[in-house]
Amino acid sequence: MTQARIPGPLIALAAAGLLLFLLPLAGLVVRAPWDQLGGELTAPETLTALELSIFCSLTATAVALVLGVPLALLLSKTTGTVRGLLRAVTTLPMVLPPVVGGVALLLAFGRKGLIGAPLNDAFGIQIPFTTSAAVIAETFVAMPFLVIAVEGGLRSLDPRYEQAARALGASGWRVFARVTLPLLRPAIFSGAVLCWARALGEFGATITFAGNLPGTTQTVPLAVYVALETKPQGAIVLSLILLAVSLAVLVGMHDRWLGEP
Amino acid sequence: MSLHAQVRIARDGFELDVDVTVFPGETVAVLGPNGAGKTTLLKALAGLVPLQGHVELDGEVFDDTATARHVPTEERRVGLVFQDHVLFPHMTALQNVAFGLGRGGEKVAMAWLERAGLGDKANARPAQLSGGQAQRVALLRTMATQPRLLLLDEPLSALDVTVRAEVRRELARQLAEFKGIRIIVTHDPLEAIALADRLVVLENGRVVQSGRPEEVTARPRSRFVADLAGVNLLRGRGRNDHVEVGPAGASLATPDAGEGDVFAVIHPRAVALYLTKPDGTPRNVWRGRAEELDMLGERVRVRLSGPVPLVAEVTPSAVKDLHLASGAEVWVAVKATEISVYRA
Repeated sequence: MTQARIPGPLIALAAAGLLLFLLPLAGLVVRAPWDQLGGELTAPETLTALELSIFCSLTATAVALVLGVPLALLLSKTTGTVRGLLRAVTTLPMVLPPVVGGVALLLAFGRKGLIGAPLNDAFGIQIPFTTSAAVIAETFVAMPFLVIAVEGGLRSLDPRYEQAARALGASGWRVFARVTLPLLRPAIFSGAVLCWARALGEFGATITFAGNLPGTTQTVPLAVYVALETKPQGAIVLSLILLAVSLAVLVGMHDRWLGEP
Repeated sequence: MSLHAQVRIARDGFELDVDVTVFPGETVAVLGPNGAGKTTLLKALAGLVPLQGHVELDGEVFDDTATARHVPTEERRVGLVFQDHVLFPHMTALQNVAFGLGRGGEKVAMAWLERAGLGDKANARPAQLSGGQAQRVALLRTMATQPRLLLLDEPLSALDVTVRAEVRRELARQLAEFKGIRIIVTHDPLEAIALADRLVVLENGRVVQSGRPEEVTARPRSRFVADLAGVNLLRGRGRNDHVEVGPAGASLATPDAGEGDVFAVIHPRAVALYLTKPDGTPRNVWRGRAEELDMLGERVRVRLSGPVPLVAEVTPSAVKDLHLASGAEVWVAVKATEISVYRA
């Protein structure tokens, strides 16, 4: 079967679109201070930001797994209006500007916030501007990616596996642990990787809710932003790292999606 | 041990309304066309589909709408075997069979596999098993839990004809050893007749006929059963010595038609075709046209249009002599004594 030819003007527009993606990347790669790469990479500020970023993003992914998989399960078993509402709530952070998310988090967990005020009064616990705040901000923004992926996996799961397990006498918990969860592994894995990548790149909600304190809440994206003013070379190196990670995730996921899990 | 079930399910514009009683040690085959509600009925008995009514196995109430009782599937000890094996893909054959057995189950599971000659497949994943082996493992997985009620949902129909015999043997062996009640859903009449003591024919969510296989096929009460038995089924009004059938009220001479709604069954071999109008005994003679031919073993089935549309079975040489392939008009004759009539 021959496909219809794409009209010339459309090809030109498509090329322009591609350039919009490619040019910035080219700029980053071409202007990178390759000779100073080693030095910049091992600079203490860089290492601190990297370490913090890895810790926060992995913790956020872990939290998202513990909370997000059950949430996806709940979503997949509901129907109608309830499902629409639940889905809207869980996916809102994907479309919400992260800064707004940060403001909202402050109003909930801040010192005068909905939960933050009683927490502060009763236990003297303050969340904002701590590493915990950075983790919460990243979880808030990144968990929807996991929930969506796992829910998709659940919906395409043949319900007869669970029915067969129940007919064999397995309780609800045993069905989940021994059948549902293992069968969901590919979906959970790809969801977790997407979630982790999103958490790693999180900026707006973090800087609003957790602040920009080196060693405590200054993750790589925040460090890039700050370094751009004072030390552009460092900013470029950190940006390269994030770019490399994103590419690695994309390439890795691509194989996952195309091949058999 | 007996099963009493009154199952009513209404959903998505489909309504299932079935009463079944299965007696101790009996095998019942539920037959019916696609969409008749056979699988839904099985799932309802297993507790996987909510129902209105009452389900009771050996005195234990599983479902009762009046008292809002519902025993969850996992506490019913019913065995459910699906059309395709539905083995857990991330477990070995052994782990699959052991799944329903609790602690120390692998030893028991191994014994089941070995007895079925599948011991060497214990560590194979479902994907490494052939279709027939996988379905046998699935059957063992269910039998190993020693269910009180065995529900089989077209257990052979997803298999190639070549492996079907292998699984059918295993199935027959397991069914013979099984002491509880067996319900098998199928659309294969041969399977039903070979395995079942009693047939329940389901159409559009209702039982249209039930009884011993030979009773059901001898007196079909629906097009589906008539097709299974390979006979012509006509419905009409009895007028003592004849039956009025079809929209035009064509008259069919029969012995003892009685008065009122009746079914008339004519075997295709009893339908004779001629080039010229036959003289003599046949009292039912009319003109018809061959619409469609179908090879069936060494005979040919001819679908005829005319005042009484019928299927006739003739020899290949008759097809040639009567020019049936080109849609020729022929004389159709049926002896009155070849028509069996019973109340609708």
